[in-house]
Amino acid sequence: MADEKKLFKVTIDNITIEVEPGTSILNAARKIGGDVAPPAMCYYTTLKGSGGKCRTCLVEVAAGSTADPRPMPKLVASCRTNVMDGMVVKNITSDKVIDARNGVVEFLLINHPLDCPICDQAGECSLQDLGYEHGKEGTRYEFARRTFEKHDMGPYIQLHMTRCIMCFRCVYAADQLTEKRQHGILDRGDHAEIATYIQKSLDHDFIGNIIDVCPVGALTDKTFRFKNRVWFLKPVDAHRNCSHAKCSGKVTLWYRGEEVFRVTARKDQWGEVKDFICNECRFEKKATADWEIEGPTLVSRHSVISQGHYVGVERPQEVLYDVLDGRKPQLLMDIHSVSEVDRPEIDLSKINGPAHSTDFEPHEARGLNPTSQAGNPWNTGKLEKQ
Amino acid sequence: MQSLTSRAKAVDRKPMTMWEKMYIPAIAKGMSITFGHMFKKKPTVNYPEKTRPFSPVFRGLHVLNRDEEGRERCTACGLCAVACPAEAITMEGAERLPGEENVYREEKYAAKYEINMLRCIFCGLCEEACPKDAIYLSETFAPSNYTRKGFIYGKEELLIPDPVTDPQGFAKARGEHQPTTAK
Repeated sequence: MADEKKLFKVTIDNITIEVEPGTSILNAARKIGGDVAPPAMCYYTTLKGSGGKCRTCLVEVAAGSTADPRPMPKLVASCRTNVMDGMVVKNITSDKVIDARNGVVEFLLINHPLDCPICDQAGECSLQDLGYEHGKEGTRYEFARRTFEKHDMGPYIQLHMTRCIMCFRCVYAADQLTEKRQHGILDRGDHAEIATYIQKSLDHDFIGNIIDVCPVGALTDKTFRFKNRVWFLKPVDAHRNCSHAKCSGKVTLWYRGEEVFRVTARKDQWGEVKDFICNECRFEKKATADWEIEGPTLVSRHSVISQGHYVGVERPQEVLYDVLDGRKPQLLMDIHSVSEVDRPEIDLSKINGPAHSTDFEPHEARGLNPTSQAGNPWNTGKLEKQ
Repeated sequence: MQSLTSRAKAVDRKPMTMWEKMYIPAIAKGMSITFGHMFKKKPTVNYPEKTRPFSPVFRGLHVLNRDEEGRERCTACGLCAVACPAEAITMEGAERLPGEENVYREEKYAAKYEINMLRCIFCGLCEEACPKDAIYLSETFAPSNYTRKGFIYGKEELLIPDPVTDPQGFAKARGEHQPTTAK
């Protein structure tokens, strides 16, 4: 065993682990897992060169190495600092780190519009999680938040520049996944923005991956825009044989009822995609028939997406049919006969882009008028006497 | 037999006395109690004509709020639906078209919004969850209905009257006590 590599011993938050030389502190901490792993907004394992921009992964190095046990003078970005043998790192056990991270989150949120109620990323947003954990309730910023001219990025991708935190992930993704990058960062400092310079739509057949790579809601799926909140959808793992050479075909389908509302690549526990998918899989294949279903996606119990999703439920046997001598129980009301939500004849997932008022014809067109039974209690005088 | 509690009483099986056998005094005693109540203050009110004042925290029929310019506040963020323990609320969002800025406050709005009043338990968690001050529970009882279909309340039933075109109806629907979260 002469070629056995020497492993470095690192201690992170009093937990010692042996990792290969050249591993970053962040990846060593992720090997331990749990709360020890620092949050990362810009670092992305599969994208070369990413990291070092957002500063949320700052950690304190209490001892540099066995050979030189002096502490590092400043907090270091754990995604860009490699481990040394005998290094002692403090993450959540260090008050300095927690304090610095709170400050970083405040900086990230300075220009963030906090329009989570509108944002499609809400529920699976890294900045939301970060803000929830480290953010302050109020803001100390008194000035107008930066705004941008709206750029149209084509029929698939919706850009919300005000939400961007300048992590550069989408730029690296476009560089490394597509042959020709069509968008980038224009200007600098406070004026820096993601754009295509000349109004141009992003049309490379792998460009959809920048949606998954974006840690916030700056780049979202236009075909899913405003259709539903992610926590009301049921994620299901599926795959298909994609003809695209680079496409893995492994995806997560997001269902409402029988409709596929959205297709995304599969994210691991750190919110990162390992197997990227092509635009055809992502935007064009929104029918169950296109896919081979593998089973429900495992969702962390702490995620809002897991609400209402019960895994391993055993339904009790239906005994009504035996009791009623084979007669079917009489339904007192078919909800679709009166409800205007989730109407069977309107397939929201088939609409390209967000739904508009023109997509819902009035209920009267179906020959139903439930309002004549309920009436507006505010206007019909039902409440006059009270 | 050992009694189960210390307060057990043996049944009195003595024969009734002459006074008790007459029954009349007992009846008179009962009647005097009944008549006595006629001169006491009535604890009830004649409901439809008279109403009791609502408590400031009364949770009645839901209202979908508008802002002072009459634009709908709801952005279909789904927080009320996710907070609802009875799963009574459903909605569908849509994007605001150019020209609808005076109808909807933000770029996303609830194209459909429904509360199943058969399921609703009037707990008020939707009101607490709402980040836009768009839904609150008013000081009104939910009206009764003869059919189940009449209890599926859509936007037509829930939306508050427009404060610009119908300020009186707006004030009435808002009630005496403003919602505590109103800004």
